[in-house]
Amino acid sequence: MTEMVYGTVPVKGGEPVLPKWWRTVDKWTLSFIFMLFGVGLLLGLAASPPLADRIGLPPFYYVQRQAFFGGLAMVAMVLTSMMGPVMVRRLAVMGFFVAFVALALLPVLGTDFGKGAVRWYSLGFASVQPSEFLKPLFVILTAWLMAAGQELSGPPGRMYSFILMFAIVLMLAFQPDFGQAALILFGWGVMWFVGGAPMLLLAGLAGLVVLGGMLAYNSSEHFQRRFDGFLNPEVDPTSQLGYAENAIREGGFFGVGVGEGQVKWSLPDAHTDFIIAVAAEEYGLLMVLVILTLYAAIVMRSLIRLMRERDPFIRLAGTGLAAMFGVQAMINMGVAVRLLPAKGMTLPFVSYGGSSLIAGGIAVGMLLAFTRSRPQGEIRDILRGRAR
Amino acid sequence: MTRTPLRPLARILEARQKGENPDAIERENRRLRHEEIRDRLRLRAEGRLLVLAVMFVCAYGVVGARMGVLSASEPKEPRAQMTGASIVATRADITDRHGRILATNMSTHSLYAHPQQMVDPLRAAQELAAIFPDIDAEKLGARFTNPKTKFLWVKKKLSPEQLQAVHDIGEPGLLFGPREMRLYPNGALAAHVLGGASFGDEGVHAAEVIGTAGIEKYFDAEMRDPARQGVPLTLSLDLTIQAATEEVLDAGMKLLNAKGAASVLMDIYTGEVIAIASLPDFDPNDRPRVPIAGEKASDSPLFNRAVQGLYELGSTFKIFTAAQALQLGLVHPQTVIDTSPPYEVLGFKVGEFQGKNYGKLSVENVIVQSSNRGTAKLVMAIGRGRQKDFYENLGMFAPSSLEIVEARNAKPLIPERWTDLSAVTISYGHGISVSPLHLAAGYAMIGNGGHVVQPTLLKQDGPRMGDKLLRDDVAEQARTMLRHVVSAKKGTASFAEVPGYRVGGKTGTAEKPKERGGGYHKDKVIATFAALFPTDEPRYALVVMLDEPVETSGSTPRRTAGWTAVPVAAEMITRIAPLLDLRPDYDTGQVKTLTTASD
Repeated sequence: MTEMVYGTVPVKGGEPVLPKWWRTVDKWTLSFIFMLFGVGLLLGLAASPPLADRIGLPPFYYVQRQAFFGGLAMVAMVLTSMMGPVMVRRLAVMGFFVAFVALALLPVLGTDFGKGAVRWYSLGFASVQPSEFLKPLFVILTAWLMAAGQELSGPPGRMYSFILMFAIVLMLAFQPDFGQAALILFGWGVMWFVGGAPMLLLAGLAGLVVLGGMLAYNSSEHFQRRFDGFLNPEVDPTSQLGYAENAIREGGFFGVGVGEGQVKWSLPDAHTDFIIAVAAEEYGLLMVLVILTLYAAIVMRSLIRLMRERDPFIRLAGTGLAAMFGVQAMINMGVAVRLLPAKGMTLPFVSYGGSSLIAGGIAVGMLLAFTRSRPQGEIRDILRGRAR
Repeated sequence: MTRTPLRPLARILEARQKGENPDAIERENRRLRHEEIRDRLRLRAEGRLLVLAVMFVCAYGVVGARMGVLSASEPKEPRAQMTGASIVATRADITDRHGRILATNMSTHSLYAHPQQMVDPLRAAQELAAIFPDIDAEKLGARFTNPKTKFLWVKKKLSPEQLQAVHDIGEPGLLFGPREMRLYPNGALAAHVLGGASFGDEGVHAAEVIGTAGIEKYFDAEMRDPARQGVPLTLSLDLTIQAATEEVLDAGMKLLNAKGAASVLMDIYTGEVIAIASLPDFDPNDRPRVPIAGEKASDSPLFNRAVQGLYELGSTFKIFTAAQALQLGLVHPQTVIDTSPPYEVLGFKVGEFQGKNYGKLSVENVIVQSSNRGTAKLVMAIGRGRQKDFYENLGMFAPSSLEIVEARNAKPLIPERWTDLSAVTISYGHGISVSPLHLAAGYAMIGNGGHVVQPTLLKQDGPRMGDKLLRDDVAEQARTMLRHVVSAKKGTASFAEVPGYRVGGKTGTAEKPKERGGGYHKDKVIATFAALFPTDEPRYALVVMLDEPVETSGSTPRRTAGWTAVPVAAEMITRIAPLLDLRPDYDTGQVKTLTTASD
């Protein structure tokens, strides 16, 4: 009453936002992300001039754009990581519906840029791929639904999220964009697993997949040919995969030297999907292992921090985001070394791509927000958990 | 609406009695239960997150390990920027018995184009047409300027001069790919044996060389096998003798207006083919096209008359009949046979050449003068079953074992039913069609004392003799008969007397059957001379065959082998016997003439 009348100095509860953020955020992961972005710029300097040259643009056009969008992405990441989990959840769920509608409207309003699959909205100066944004937002929504489903007399969240996942996968498959569809499926699966999927059901599903694969292999000649072609160590040296593989071989352990690589002249996707080949050729295995270690460290740190998280929503959302991020990087590199069949998938933060960068920034920002250290309530946990 | 039970019921009932609000108790209870669920879930999730983390580490480890393996391995394909990268010789050389090269590899370049990299495609097309006469500048220019063409082959093989000339065009869109090509440095020599090679799978950086015919195809896999490490394939052929053979045969063929000729020279103990020729021949470096339907395969230069050609070789077969009769003890070389007409078998009148009547002849003279009725009577004594077995054991029924692909399909033609009539005609070489190579193997058997030999093109270390069909003394008697065919006054092969070398052999003149059936041509013959030399101590069997020869120096055209194949064979032996390290052995009279000639 007194305050209402006299208007005292407003007092903020708790500590100021920035110091609290700095104290609680996972500073290692944050610096790893910045390092990845730096590596991406460095490789962009090598990989993109041939393409710019071919199109008739200034040689470092793509690097400049990458730096610009990268800056935006870093800002988005830091801002997102400052929000609390509830705030993140609210914004993400709202954003999800926007992205979902955008994805659904793609067949009507989208363009394919002559690449055969309608995945983009053209905004004149840049293009946006809604599925890039949809991925992390879907993770948040799914985590919320699943966490709610675990509450006493909560809604059947798992079922809802499954239906949602199914719808999105269908839409992506019709674009067609099997890479993103697989990522969505994988992210949902990981959250389901961590959220307590029955082991028996998991084992049954795994058996079913193996059985189905064998049936398909034995009955469909097309599938058989694709599979054998993938296993076959011989690869046409003039295909993208052949060039990438050869570039890795040429690079050896220490690379052929900065700017000396040849693969960027032959690969149209040298600055996006096959940037790891450029890295391997010019900087050698050393650079590849550094990149690999950065991704692994980000995923590992996040998962280990999430192990101690008591809040099911935060745990599930963080797991989903970290797993999706890690798997996307792994698939990209696995394709280059022919461990996996060819899928168009970018290397997060390293590959060139505006919308992918910003979406990645937001996703990692959310991950950072979820992995911030916060009191877990139980004295046992505090005792066990050292100071984080 | 489902009713949710109130928990904990005891405390709620108590609170109700006291008039307190039970909701607070229930809320607290729910909170506690929530806490408990969360703890349980967290514990489970902790384990599962750990599993997830381990899986991630493993997956990243696999990717990293695979990267490491790839980095440690050598680049698989030389890149386009690295032209001139050497390609190891992969196909083994082929040499003759003394190690002289018959087929080898040469590195060369192919020419291909990347039209999108071209500065001036039309000029490039014109310059190329100036270098290669077979290129049409307009057509090539149209292909160069077609925007859809990203790549095209221009030439598969370039000579060094052409390479330089193309290089001098200075067109960046014309590129060279290293190539290894098969080279036959002796040209057409032994062409039918070598066959030829062509490119199999072709890439920009290398091309597979595969054998297309002859021994190149027969031993294709062996010669391409990298484990062989370039060890050459050593043939039994002798380059010098092969050259002399082909030269004499070619001269003889032209002199006698024959349309084709073949010869086989075989070591009678090992079965090694020292020289084998078929004319007309071709250059394996530039194989002629395969005959298309409608053309006669046997008229193509690709046709190997010595191996693929199946002919009725006529009277050359008589010696087999005589030898078998001797072997069975039915006759003696001096046993007299009445060869006067008429003589009929199953209503078929057995006639002689030009209707001659030789009267009473010894077995030896049956061979020397070549009497059909004589051999017919011999075979009737032998019996058709034993005759058939004899030829079968001699290998006259199966394709020869020679190591060229063409030999596999040359299965001799034999009568479906071996009647007495077939037996009679076969006794003098009609009604059975074999290749000259088969005949040479048969004569080798007589020469080496009765052992069957398998013809081979690979150099052998020692004798390879099979089943023994004749006793030594019988083989000796047969050889004496063959010698008399040449040396006797009435012998049909008297032209085969070669100073210094004793030659024995048997002629055969067989009229060619008409293609559409219905008898034989009167004026088309296959003239054959099958010989062994030197007869005192035989070493080699030689078969010379001429296809449709005619000798026109006399008043009437002469086609018999005695006038055609025999002189050619004699000339051949004169040339090759010294090359075979055979020492001439002159009779006294001959030496005198030689001395006078050299004054």
